[in-house]
Amino acid sequence: MPYEPVLLARVNKPGSHALDGYRADGGYATFEKALKDLKPEALTAQVKDSGLRGRGGAGFPTGLKWTFLPKDHPGPVYLCVNADESEPCTYNNRVLMEKDPHQVLEGVLLTCHAIKSQKAFFYIRYEYGDAFRAVQGAVDELYAAKLLGPNVLGSGKTFDVVVHRGAGAYICGEETGLIESLEGKRAWPRIKPPFPAVEGAFRKPTIVNNVETLACVTQIVKRGKEWFQSLGVPPDPKNPRDAGSYGPKLYTLAGHVNKPVCVELPMGVTCRELVEVHGGGVWKGRKAKAVNPGGLSMGYLDVDAPLKGGADGQTEYDIPLDFNGPGRVGCLGLGTAAVTVIDDQTSMVDVLHNTCQFFAHESCGQCTPCREGTGWMLKIVDRMRRGQGRKEDLDILVDVADRIGIMPGTTICGLADGAGWPVKTAIRKFRAEFEAAIRSGERSKYAKSLAMAGAH
Amino acid sequence: MPTVYVNDTPVEIGTGKLNCIQAADRAGVLVPHYCYHEALSVVASCRMCLVEVGERKPDGTVVMQPKVVPGCQTPVKDGTVVVTGEYDKRDPAAEPLNYPADYTKGGKPGERAKKSQADTLEGLLVNHPLDCPVCDKAGECKLQDYSYGYGRSESRMVDDKFAPPNKPHLSSKITLFTDRCIMCTRCVRFTREISGTAELMVSGRGDHEEIDVFPGRPLENKLSGNVVDLCPVGALGSKDFLYKQRVWYLKAAEQVCSRCSTGCSVYVDHNKDIVYRLTARENPQANGHFICDEGRWGYHFANSGERLTRPQVKREGRFQPAPWVQLTPLLKDELADAAKGGGLLAVLSPFLTVEEAFLYATLFKGLSPDARLILGPVPVVGEDDRYPKDVRGNPVEPTTFVIRAEKCPNRRGVEAVLAHFTGSVTPFAEVVRDRPALMWFAGGYPAKEHVEAAFPTDWTASGTVVAQDILPTLLTASAEYVIPATASFEKDGTFVNHAGLAQTFGRATRPPHEARSELQLAFDLLGRRGLVQAAAVRKELAAAIPLFAPLAGDVPKDGVKLGS
Repeated sequence: MPYEPVLLARVNKPGSHALDGYRADGGYATFEKALKDLKPEALTAQVKDSGLRGRGGAGFPTGLKWTFLPKDHPGPVYLCVNADESEPCTYNNRVLMEKDPHQVLEGVLLTCHAIKSQKAFFYIRYEYGDAFRAVQGAVDELYAAKLLGPNVLGSGKTFDVVVHRGAGAYICGEETGLIESLEGKRAWPRIKPPFPAVEGAFRKPTIVNNVETLACVTQIVKRGKEWFQSLGVPPDPKNPRDAGSYGPKLYTLAGHVNKPVCVELPMGVTCRELVEVHGGGVWKGRKAKAVNPGGLSMGYLDVDAPLKGGADGQTEYDIPLDFNGPGRVGCLGLGTAAVTVIDDQTSMVDVLHNTCQFFAHESCGQCTPCREGTGWMLKIVDRMRRGQGRKEDLDILVDVADRIGIMPGTTICGLADGAGWPVKTAIRKFRAEFEAAIRSGERSKYAKSLAMAGAH
Repeated sequence: MPTVYVNDTPVEIGTGKLNCIQAADRAGVLVPHYCYHEALSVVASCRMCLVEVGERKPDGTVVMQPKVVPGCQTPVKDGTVVVTGEYDKRDPAAEPLNYPADYTKGGKPGERAKKSQADTLEGLLVNHPLDCPVCDKAGECKLQDYSYGYGRSESRMVDDKFAPPNKPHLSSKITLFTDRCIMCTRCVRFTREISGTAELMVSGRGDHEEIDVFPGRPLENKLSGNVVDLCPVGALGSKDFLYKQRVWYLKAAEQVCSRCSTGCSVYVDHNKDIVYRLTARENPQANGHFICDEGRWGYHFANSGERLTRPQVKREGRFQPAPWVQLTPLLKDELADAAKGGGLLAVLSPFLTVEEAFLYATLFKGLSPDARLILGPVPVVGEDDRYPKDVRGNPVEPTTFVIRAEKCPNRRGVEAVLAHFTGSVTPFAEVVRDRPALMWFAGGYPAKEHVEAAFPTDWTASGTVVAQDILPTLLTASAEYVIPATASFEKDGTFVNHAGLAQTFGRATRPPHEARSELQLAFDLLGRRGLVQAAAVRKELAAAIPLFAPLAGDVPKDGVKLGS
């Protein structure tokens, strides 16, 4: 039986972004009920028990994060909605914001109630003009309908949503980078501790949640945690630290597929099924060579490599896309569940160049290992792409990729992990191709010389 | 007592809140760092101070964290174990801790930290021009030092380096060699946290990042020179010092700045009796970590071509050089005559050290109890200038630095000496119209305005004037005897700052060849024999004046508060 979308249930309706339509579909009834009947603690417990994990990339349990707020804080407490969706090939938040902003905003209101916050900052990346206008329009509607502002629904409580448009930088999606940017500063991620839940925006306790996470909050409160847990993958009993991968997930498809779409599926769909069934297969009748399972930072899987510990004939292509699946094949994690397909006619050198270019461009430049490491990797790959690679370059690339990031402890935020992972997975898994490219000394047809800022 | 283990050596940390760098420092272990500075906020971005940390439980077991952490950001508490990259050079006497097997299986303690530091240095050099032969910082550059101590000997980087253009327009006094910068952001944080003027910022992103100023707002504040001291590499250069001298030729003398009554501790860097620059010397009791630009670049008077360098006597309306051997008996006679007639007036400037003031006072009062001792003109310019400033230029609490309006180093010290000898302190303004038989003006002012502002425009000399000063002034022009004075760099002695902090210091450079120090001259006139030693005079002073009693023995490096 095909899965009936919940988060995306309304996106194809005409005027799906408007308040009238959302209310006609039962919108804000959940919030009204929760505001009247549910204490914040009960609401937090409900989300915590549902097993909802953050959809922004790291997969941190949402309810647990809420409980990190200091007890009996005099306030204010802030909610930041992370809509700085900048991971390449990711657009699930965009669909939600443009087509169904009220579903997200109901989640915002519910979360504000749960964490006793009166004010939410909706941080939208600059490039999302339509999403910005849709969310701003929806917020205006809510103020007009007195669902935002003082004394909402006679509860005596105030709720405000400030829609903030970023200025276009990947690092603003890192939660403390986002907070710095919101405060009007350069988006350099903060050193932790203190974590934002203790000291965040404007030095007040702050919860930062992803757009899709908040849409999930709406549905969890509306449909109950049993519904949420009926979808997805339960925790691995052999791993006591696994929190499971419950619920629906928006997967976005990009790259060399026939249908680059955003689909909603229960967690745990295999990569192969997602691409071959939901994405309509690889384009131009070609075969997939590598797949990026969840946003560029997560690294690559080799479609033809046998899956370790998998059944006969299974390859890395068959990993389930839940919070644990990509990790089994050396990828960083599920990330944003943005699946990018690379066909067999594409050179991995070009792919890697594109990857390195992105991270070198987006590294905020605060920590030395990331600032210099991403730039150096780009220079090496660029040279390689121009046919001047050396054998030792591959080892240098893996060495640099391995040593930058929070995992080895050499940077403040995870950008560097995300910059290193695609490099090391690509080289480890496609080393023969890279070596052949170096031996042949051929220049990629896409190669052009690297722009050197300030070179003279 | 809370105890921290640094490379197995137990260190007691007391009640202080320390990070790993500070704790290691107490154990005598240097954790190299760039972005961390005691006076600035912690950003933990250079990643040079990476260490391995863990905890020693009361039962002796040790639990170590699996990854390296920045030492500057990681606080230590009782039982914290810090393993630095120099673990292999640890004190052999220290008993090794019981490191867990899961920690040592990946390598010996300290190996990860050591590798991470080498990696960071390799990263820092990726875009660094390595132009040390033409860089002023070479020799005192932390990038050089740490690369030598902790880095790799060869670079694996073969690609073109970025070479962003330099920024000589950064300020009138400071230039930026953009390509040498390692982005530690100490300078940016200084202008935001200490001066509050916030001229500097980071522009660009990733490895194209640069330090810059906002358009039309150059780095012009009165503390700006500190960013040069703070810069661990050769990126920010003082135009005043640029290309003047290789730093390994410089000798640093620990001195006290004479340009205001804050009395900042400074290093006077000199070579072959020429002062080349002043840099801040940390002293929590006086200036903290910084000095102001007035003091930093206010040393040029000592190298000035206008300086009075030899004693002169006016004969038939013209000054003629007089050798000391003739001059000293002449001066003795003049003084004796004037003292006899009760017409001796001695002006002791607040630029004299307390030892000099004491010896002069002893001399003059010894000649005649009626000799009048006067405090020399005290230059005051504007009001005390407090930092940090807000955007409108108003000072903000808590104060980080004060540039005092009183532009002399030792008013309080000279006053204390005068009060001891005369019972009270008479300011110069009260006697400027007096017509004594002999006025001995012991100046030593670094600017002629300091002196000239104290004299009315219609002032004319009466009687004999003996003017001892550094630069020619209207007073030296009307004097009978002109004696060269010495600059503070050329003295041994003690200054007492606005808050009563007495700091002793030693000579940096020698005075001009034919000049004699004030102490030497006083010795000669007193008929004393033997080597002139400021320390001996200080002992005498400490015995004579109770306020100065704390100066009897060795004075601590940071000085000693008098009268407390």
